[in-house]
Amino acid sequence: MPEPILTIKNLTKKYGENVIFQNLDLTVNEGDTIVIIGPSGTGKSTLLRCINLLTRPDDGQIWLDNKEITARGTDEDKVRQHIGMVFQNFLLFNHLTALGNVKLGLDKVKKMSDKEATEKAMHELARVGLADRADHYPGQLSGGQQQRVGIARALAMDPRIMLFDEPTSALDPELIGEVLEVMRQLALEGMTMLVVTHEMGFAREVADRIVFMEKGYIVEQGSPNEMFNHPKFPRTREFLWKITELYGKKEKEAD
Amino acid sequence: MLTWLGYFERFGKNFLHGAGVTLELTAIGLAIGFVLGLLLALARCFGPKWLQQVAGAYIAVFRGTPLLVQLFIIYYGLPEIGIAFSQNMAAYLALGLNSAAYQAEYLRGSINAIGAAQMQAGRSIGLSKWQTIRYVILPQALRLALPSWSNEPISLLKTTAVVFLIAVQDLMAEGKRAATATFDFVGVYLAVALVYLVMVFALDALLKFLERKTKIPGMDIETSR
Repeated sequence: MPEPILTIKNLTKKYGENVIFQNLDLTVNEGDTIVIIGPSGTGKSTLLRCINLLTRPDDGQIWLDNKEITARGTDEDKVRQHIGMVFQNFLLFNHLTALGNVKLGLDKVKKMSDKEATEKAMHELARVGLADRADHYPGQLSGGQQQRVGIARALAMDPRIMLFDEPTSALDPELIGEVLEVMRQLALEGMTMLVVTHEMGFAREVADRIVFMEKGYIVEQGSPNEMFNHPKFPRTREFLWKITELYGKKEKEAD
Repeated sequence: MLTWLGYFERFGKNFLHGAGVTLELTAIGLAIGFVLGLLLALARCFGPKWLQQVAGAYIAVFRGTPLLVQLFIIYYGLPEIGIAFSQNMAAYLALGLNSAAYQAEYLRGSINAIGAAQMQAGRSIGLSKWQTIRYVILPQALRLALPSWSNEPISLLKTTAVVFLIAVQDLMAEGKRAATATFDFVGVYLAVALVYLVMVFALDALLKFLERKTKIPGMDIETSR
């Protein structure tokens, strides 16, 4: 039995009267790549932000490595070190070079020496294929390169799990491929990943499990084969068909 | 017609001394205003509710009342409750407290613009709230604020002229003395105006230099998006 890294039980999040999701359960095993799909506004991003404690859930619990991180008195800063987050809009630190972006956490959070931090940061940049862009500022990089720096920045903290919040949605079609390739590589290396995306090609090829969320509920989850070829619910089939039609074209253009 | 230029020969030393005092008032007022203004801006953006309200009230009061009134309260009013300042000290304080309110607003605007998204990015790698403010938000917000904040040193330099009313020996006070001695108000004050103008030009050049020096490659594109 593989060990669960992340366990979510009965998670509920509301904004005032507006219920984002309710009584949500989800387990992520070590080394798994889980892709969450669903229409916009179904709480996928909010779910990631809850896991990273960037927003507080209203009810329910989350365990990371069998430790409840939603418990009172949890050191949130410490928890976030172990959870990498990649944002839709990259959110790089614009006043720092690519190297500076990756180094900051090593320097200020992990308190590494400058030499150690530089070495580690260069290693992470090489991992995403950007060692030669180390001294470039975000404003001098393409969107795809910025997102890869964003991934390197998160990887540098040696997280137990990586969260991706629509990592390619803000990218021009021709730049999506390079980011997906880095993510594919990470999955192969055994990184545990939770990915919100509309890239069905990636989901089909890389995901161990696809989770279909709608209106705050997990409608259905299963292997790519089950989900694409034998979905249990007509709603899943309908959504997958629509999204593949829509994004499949873009993917072809990108190739 | 240009006889007033002769006043530079006659009162040159006095004007120079006065200009020195004016620059000193500007520098100290600006420094007090920057430190306090930054604290006020941080309090408004990141403080608990009550602190936000305190900072907001401070800014409203100091922007909503004339500097001269503030100066007179500090210099003439406070001694009545046992807090007395020298003329220069009262001037530094009034200029600094007043400038803080304006600087807080410049900084608050740019902190908000950099704001929530960069805070999330910083927190996501495990930085604490204050580390994120220190290492992520402020370095960007201060740069972003610089072009509009640059109005403040220049405006403050000219505003310092009111302190001659509590007998601080600044450029304005020297000008007034020279005017009384010559009875040529137009000529003397033209000469004084010219000295102010030169100082403003120099300060402006310095600020433009600072702006170029702190520019981040590609960042202007980033923020204009």
